[in-house]
Amino acid sequence: MKLSELKFNQIATVIAVQGQELSLKLFEMGLLPGEEVELENIAPFGDPIAIRVGEYKMCLRLSDADCIDIKVK
Amino acid sequence: MKQEITVALAGNPNSGKTSLFNALTGLNHKVSNFPGTTVEKKIGYCNLNAETRAQIIDLPGTYSLYPKSADELVTYDILRNKAETNFPDLVLFIADASNLKRNLLLLTQVADLGVPVILALNMVDLAERKGVFYELDILAKELGIPVVSINARNKEGILKIKNLLLDESKHKKVTYFNINQVDQNLLNEIGEITDKKNPYAALQYAINAGVYLNNKAKQINAAFEKYNFNPKQFQELEILQRYKVIDDAVRLSRRQKTNHVIKNITQKADVILTHRIWGLVIFLSLLFFVFQAIFSWSAYPMDLVEMGFAWLNATIEKSLPDGVLNDLLVHGVVAGLSGVIIFLPQIIILFAFIAVLEDVGYMARVGFIMDRIMRPFGMNGKSIVPLISGMACAVPSIMASRSIENKKERLITILVTPLMSCSARLPVYTLLIGMLVPETAKWGPFNVHGVVLMAMYLLGFIAALASAAVFKLFVKSKGTAYFMMELPSYKLPVWNNLLITLYEKGSAFVVGAGKIIVAVSVILWAFASFGPRGSMRAIDEKYATLAMSADATMSSEELAAQKSAERLQASYAGEFGKWIEPAIKPIGFDWKMGIALLTSLAAREVFVGTMSTIYSVGGGAEGEDLNSIKHKMLAEKNEKGEPLYSVATILSLMVFYAFAMQCMSTLSIVKSETQSWKWPIVQFVYMTALAYVSSLIVFNIFS
Repeated sequence: MKLSELKFNQIATVIAVQGQELSLKLFEMGLLPGEEVELENIAPFGDPIAIRVGEYKMCLRLSDADCIDIKVK
Repeated sequence: MKQEITVALAGNPNSGKTSLFNALTGLNHKVSNFPGTTVEKKIGYCNLNAETRAQIIDLPGTYSLYPKSADELVTYDILRNKAETNFPDLVLFIADASNLKRNLLLLTQVADLGVPVILALNMVDLAERKGVFYELDILAKELGIPVVSINARNKEGILKIKNLLLDESKHKKVTYFNINQVDQNLLNEIGEITDKKNPYAALQYAINAGVYLNNKAKQINAAFEKYNFNPKQFQELEILQRYKVIDDAVRLSRRQKTNHVIKNITQKADVILTHRIWGLVIFLSLLFFVFQAIFSWSAYPMDLVEMGFAWLNATIEKSLPDGVLNDLLVHGVVAGLSGVIIFLPQIIILFAFIAVLEDVGYMARVGFIMDRIMRPFGMNGKSIVPLISGMACAVPSIMASRSIENKKERLITILVTPLMSCSARLPVYTLLIGMLVPETAKWGPFNVHGVVLMAMYLLGFIAALASAAVFKLFVKSKGTAYFMMELPSYKLPVWNNLLITLYEKGSAFVVGAGKIIVAVSVILWAFASFGPRGSMRAIDEKYATLAMSADATMSSEELAAQKSAERLQASYAGEFGKWIEPAIKPIGFDWKMGIALLTSLAAREVFVGTMSTIYSVGGGAEGEDLNSIKHKMLAEKNEKGEPLYSVATILSLMVFYAFAMQCMSTLSIVKSETQSWKWPIVQFVYMTALAYVSSLIVFNIFS
C-alpha cells in the first residue's frame, strides 16, 4: 500500500521509499523504513496531506506520498 | 581585554534556536551580512564570567549538512571551513526533546566535522506532555557529550549552558560515523583535492562540491568515478547508520509513561485550522482583521508622532535665524522625515502580526492550506511566507524565499514578491485613500479605509499570482519540486522574542529609510528651491514690483504663495517634471507627481515626503502634518479649473504605486540572491510596464 492511500485512524509502518533523491530528503526529515506514520489532516483542496511521522507532524504532496510504501498495522 | 570564545548555535528549524539566542544575548547582538553575500549573520555576545565572554553565531536551522536549499548552505559554509574567521571553537546544539531522533541526525554530522559539541535539550515540557522523559546522564554517556535540559522560552537552564561553555574539560570531539568503510584510496585522493585532514569533512565537502559549489567539481567527480563511488548511495547509507547510533542512545535513555494517548491541542486545533472550509475562512478573516487593526490601532500613536514633528518644526523655525539653513531644515529634512516616520506605528503593527503568526506556528499551516493553490502558478506552499511577509517589506521576504528548494519555484517567488503591497506603499495608500473617502466613513461596523486598503493588498496578490503564471511559461525548470515541511506544535508567542524582533525591524526601517529620505529630501529641496539663474531672478523681480505697486488686490500672503508656486515651476525640479509630463499625462499625472515619481525610485515612501516638500516649498509654512498636505493637494486645480486630484487621477496613482518597481533595495537584493543582473532588470521592466498600462486603463475608465 502507498502512503497516499492511508485513511484516517489507520497506523502504518514505512517499508521503503522509491527514488534516491526523494528518499534522501525524507530520511533526513525522519521518515525512514520502520517509522510509524498516521494521517492527520488533508489540505482544503485534497492535497497536500499532513501526517504524523514518529513523534512529529509534517506535510507532503500526494505525488510524493505515492512513492512511499507502507504497511498498515 | 576579555578572553573570547566563538560558539555556533546550530539546530533543526523549529527547535527554539531564536529563543535560546535571545535568552543568551538579549539586545546585545547585531545583524550584518556575511562578507560578499546577503546572507544575514546574527552575532551576539554573552558574558560567561568576569574574564570571558562568548561570541555567539546564530546559524540558519537545517536538517542535515547536505544542504538542499540556499539557507542550509549558509550553515554548512560556516561549519565546513576551519580557516574561516567565524569557525567556532564549539557548537551549542539545540534539540527539540519532543522529537529527539530527527534532531540528533544533524548533531552527529556536525560532531563528525571535528568540532566539540554540547547538547541543549529544549522543549522537555512538551515531551513530558506526551509522556516522554529522558535520563540526561544516560543520554550524555551514550552520545559522549555533555547534555543539559533547558527551557529557552522562559530562560531556564541558561546558567547551566554558560558553565558548560566555560568548562573546557567537557568540550570533547567525538565521532559517530565510521568513515573507514569507505575505500581508503578514495579518501586519500579526496583529502588531497579538498586540502582537508578530517576524512569525513573532506568527503562531505567533495559530495557537496559536486552539486553546490563549482570549484574542483570536475576533479572530484573524476575521483568518484575512478573508485566507483556513488555519492547518493553513500549519503543514504550514512544517514541510516547514523540513525542506528541515535536509535540506541535514544532507546536507552528514554522513559515512556504508558496510557498517554490523549489528543493534544495541536491535533485538535489543526482539525479546524486546516479544515477545507473553516481553514480558508479563518485565514481570510485573519488577514481582514490585520488590516482593520493597522488602521484603528495606529491612529493614536500616529497623532503623537505628528504632534512631535509639528513641535520640532516650530522650534527649529523659531530658534534658527531666517535663511537657507532654516529653510533647508524645516522644508527639506523635517518635512521629508516626518512624512515617513509617522507610518512607523502601522509598520510595527504589521510586523508584529507577521512575527506572532510565525512564532505560534500558524504560518506553516498557511503554507499547507495554500500549496495546492500556489502550484498552478509555479510556486509552492512555502512561497506564501515570502508573499505574506512581502506585505511588510520585500527585502527580508526575498531572503526568506531561500527555504524553497526548487530553483524555478524560488525564482518565480522572488520575481513576484515585490508586487505584494509592502509597508512602504502604506504611507502612499493612506494619503491617497484619505483623499478619496473621509476618515470617519463606516461601512457597517468596518472602517472604509481598512476595506479599501485590503482591496489594494488583494490587488497586489492577484497581480503576483497572474505574473507568476506568466513566468511559469518562460522560466526553465531545474530539478524536482517538493513540498515537505514540518508543521510545528502550536505554542504561545514568546513576548521577549517579539519585542526584540520589532526593535530590530523598527530601527532598521527608521535608520534605513531615514538615510534615504533625508538625502532625497535635501537634494529635492535644493532642486525645488533653485533653478536656472535668469528665470528665477525674473520671478523675484516681477513679485518685487508687484509688492511695490500699491493697488495690490491680493494680500501679501497670497502673493508670497503665488510667488513660491511660480518659483517651483521654474526650478530644476519643475523643469524635470515638465520634461516627463508628456509621458505621464495619459495616466493622469502632472509635473509635480512627475517629480514624486522620480524621487520614489529610491523608495516608494519618499512619495509622501516629496509631496510634503513640494507643497511645503510651494505653499506657506504652516504645519507639515498629513492633513494639511492632503488639503493642499485637494485644493490644487488643473488649467481648466477642475480639481487636479480627481477620482481618476487618485485611483491611477494608487494602481501605479501598487505595481511599479520603485525600490532600489529590492532590486539590489534580487541581484545578489539570483547572482545575475538579468532578473532585477526583467523585474524592473515588467513591473513598470504593468504599472503604466494598468494606470492608463484605470484613468481612462474613471475620467
